[in-house]
Amino acid sequence: MESLTFIVLCPLIGAALIALTPRNYNVLFRLVALGTTFLSLVGAVRLFVAFTPGAAGMQFEYSTPWVTSLGIAYHVGVDGLNVALVLLAAVVGFAAACAAHEITERQKEFYLLLLVMTGGILGAFASLDVFFFYFFHELALVPTFIMIGVWGRGERRNYATFNLTIYLSLGALIALIGLIALYVATGARTFDMVELARQAAAHPLPVATQRAIFPLLLVGFGILVSLWPFHTWAPLGYGAAPTSTAMLHAGVLKKFGLYGLIRLALPLLPEATRHAAPLIMILALGNLLYCGLVAMRQGNLNQLIGYSSVAHMGFVFLGIASLSFIGITGAVVVMVAHGLLAALAFAASGYLQRELGTLEMAQMGGLLRKLPFIGTVLVLAMFAGCGLPGFANFVGEVMVLFGAWHGHAVIVVTAAWAALIVGAVYMLRAIRVVLHGPLRERWAGIADAPHLWRKLPFLLLLAGLLIFGCFPGLLTNRIQPAALAVARAVVGPPSVVAASAVPGEGAR
Amino acid sequence: MNNFLAIGLEAAVVLAGLALLLLDLWTPPAQKRSLGYAAAIAVGAVFLASFAIVLARPVPAFNGMIVLDDFALFFHRFFLLAAVLVLVMSVEFADRFENGVAEYYALTLFALAGMMFAASANDFALLFVALELITVTFYVLTSFERRRTASLEAGVKYLILGALSSAFLVYGIALVYGVVGTMNFARIAEGAPVWLDSPLLQAGLLLVFVGLGFKIAVVPFQIWAPDVYQGAPTPTTAFLAVGSKAAGFVLLLRVLFLGVPALGQRWQRLFIVLAALTILYGVLCAIPQRNLKRLLGYSSIANAGFLLLGVATLGREGVSAILYYLAGYLFSVLGAFAVICVALRHTNRDQDDLTSLAGLHERSPLLAATLALAMVSLAGVPPLAGFVGKFLLLKAALTAAAAEPWLYVLTGVAVIGVVISLYYYFRVIRAMYWPAETAAQPASEAIEVSRPMRWALGFCIVGMLWLGVLPDQLLTLTNFAAQSLAP
Repeated sequence: MESLTFIVLCPLIGAALIALTPRNYNVLFRLVALGTTFLSLVGAVRLFVAFTPGAAGMQFEYSTPWVTSLGIAYHVGVDGLNVALVLLAAVVGFAAACAAHEITERQKEFYLLLLVMTGGILGAFASLDVFFFYFFHELALVPTFIMIGVWGRGERRNYATFNLTIYLSLGALIALIGLIALYVATGARTFDMVELARQAAAHPLPVATQRAIFPLLLVGFGILVSLWPFHTWAPLGYGAAPTSTAMLHAGVLKKFGLYGLIRLALPLLPEATRHAAPLIMILALGNLLYCGLVAMRQGNLNQLIGYSSVAHMGFVFLGIASLSFIGITGAVVVMVAHGLLAALAFAASGYLQRELGTLEMAQMGGLLRKLPFIGTVLVLAMFAGCGLPGFANFVGEVMVLFGAWHGHAVIVVTAAWAALIVGAVYMLRAIRVVLHGPLRERWAGIADAPHLWRKLPFLLLLAGLLIFGCFPGLLTNRIQPAALAVARAVVGPPSVVAASAVPGEGAR
Repeated sequence: MNNFLAIGLEAAVVLAGLALLLLDLWTPPAQKRSLGYAAAIAVGAVFLASFAIVLARPVPAFNGMIVLDDFALFFHRFFLLAAVLVLVMSVEFADRFENGVAEYYALTLFALAGMMFAASANDFALLFVALELITVTFYVLTSFERRRTASLEAGVKYLILGALSSAFLVYGIALVYGVVGTMNFARIAEGAPVWLDSPLLQAGLLLVFVGLGFKIAVVPFQIWAPDVYQGAPTPTTAFLAVGSKAAGFVLLLRVLFLGVPALGQRWQRLFIVLAALTILYGVLCAIPQRNLKRLLGYSSIANAGFLLLGVATLGREGVSAILYYLAGYLFSVLGAFAVICVALRHTNRDQDDLTSLAGLHERSPLLAATLALAMVSLAGVPPLAGFVGKFLLLKAALTAAAAEPWLYVLTGVAVIGVVISLYYYFRVIRAMYWPAETAAQPASEAIEVSRPMRWALGFCIVGMLWLGVLPDQLLTLTNFAAQSLAP
């Protein structure tokens, strides 16, 4: 059960089962989706518990050659960087399957795509081979497009679908070019991430090559993560997406780009990363400040959550750009925390959408009286979004700010201001408008989540936020060794930096 | 004896075609349609028989005019497989022909023989004969629905432009022969150092490439493709898209790698520019298309550009990528045309546009799924064949770019092309699955799919998935085949 292959394959096998079942067994499709994602979740939890904290290197590795002539292998394994992400993907995958009961049309296709997407996400985070890393990501991305197109909502659905499709595909392809260029440049004849990192440590790439490849990865992955100013697809797409899709994409799939940057760009292109770090900091501020301010002006709850989710990505970029051990650890914690938060927020807004038929905040008000459970969930999600201590977001954000403080005090102050003040303004205002005040008559008939089964996805995601918020050591102890290795690869002990800089300068 | 072994597969196909014409005389009219299945079975048997051939080294035959190497063998199998699927499709389509059904099958077989000869051509004379065999049969095949104006228009356009390209080709061959004094690729390569700078030889080869460019539909010789694709009977279009295009590439690669390798290096930038223009032309013109076959016509131009990108790398890796891409292209494109063949049967034939696909997933989930997978594969998305093909091509281009920086630009153009192509491929999927926007209620009765057709569609789906998920086996094969050209 702790096998990564098992975790990845469960949803995919479920998808194959659904594909082979005649189309009118709707209950069966839902059961298969819930069952397989639950198995994945159990596997991921056990993996997370069995993972030895503090140990360096990969654990639970499995490798088998796939395309020998190209050096492609099916290689999965986890270290501190991705063990929590695999867990996150499994949790959100199960929660998304639970939340999918809102779908009533063409359930066969929906659950099929949902499971393919979940399997793809899990595979992307478990893979240690660049080819499979990309392969699984694309496998998860395409169902997103189709799900938004067919089951999406809103008048601008078609526009949103094509905007998202073209924007994200462009990002993915630019990243692919960067990855292939990386493979060609190292001359290692292997797509294995561990092997590539080893090669790059032994023989650093020429600085000119690094500086040519890094922008490809930054822009490519940046588009996928909605790095400012490439973020415009995100609020649009999430506004149109069905609940489960928005949960999976905003929660987990989007983290692929960040993970790619930390896993590949930083250790393999250290010189270029150091060079680009100030730029990334500025862009991260763009996310935090600009998107935060835009979020303040939103009248639609989904748009607000979408923009705030884009804004939170700024913290991760800030952590990456700090190039410090604490900052990178914090970045990974934020990735996990925000994944749970985004899934929770979209699940709640999806519930409201279904009950109310609208997400215009001006038409809401006083909903906490009718929806004590969902309302509480929304309040807690908003608190977590403001960075309230006790939630995992606080831990990650504080670590990022600590990590970046050294040498970037001005930026840290601005970021903290942007996140805490601006974030608090729009989050608290949303709570006031949506949940407090007089209840409108037209909402007299709405109902709260009726039983435990409906509440389960919310409880699961909230539990994750609170557990990691109150016991951050569960995360940080696991992340530390890997984050330390990345930070060392980028900055290096002083003597190594001096020694490697000399031939690099000469080559230029 | 060696000579006849080397053309055994071609001979079997030609004999099958002749036998079909004879059988036609004794077959009652009601059963003529099913002769196509007989033809498909015969071609399938030849396909299987081709796996009995194991080549220790290339087998030259007829004084070096033909060479049976791994490269030729790969394409023999490629064309045979394509022909099987096209024949199954033709049976489905045959009720739309007034008469001469058996001739349609036989002509398909003769075109197939031409393609197979092209695959093992090692001589300009055979190159010309093989191409003419393909082209002349296609003149007839495109205009086979002789009471339909669109089909006749397609036939005439193909005839005029095809004849023009043949003229270019023959003139080019004459010039090459005039300079070098031989038509054999190997002997041209031997004499190349002496003649390489001769402007006459260069002009001759340029004209040969023009002639081949027509077959491949490379900018600026692509103008016929959309009209012919739209007007021709669907199985013909399918064979044209896969077989004829691949035959053009086989010959291009043969001439370039075996005949004049040194000149290829010199003209690399020309290929790069042509590839970039072809990709951009194909994808940009495909955007506004409403007719599905026409859209696939433009998409085939764009794909010619991607394949030309592989040619422009001028290396073994590029050739191997081309072969892989073509194999994936075969399953995707034939799958798509098979769906068009069945699904658009009841609609008004000259309006087989995207809106008539509305609701297809309810009328026949299998057809809708096949077309959707084919589009996704053509768009180059995992886990389907198109992704691995594009991945290999881009990787070959980036590897070769270290020596020729223009390839970086071409790679950038290719990425833009892929992104734009996603738009129109996804529009096809949208037309099938999205809730209909138009007020007109689409036809809702279920579509019957015959059993052989179901097998063919299933085969295409399996092929797309197999090449997308387990690339190792075919990649070994293509690497092996590419070694025959560029050791």
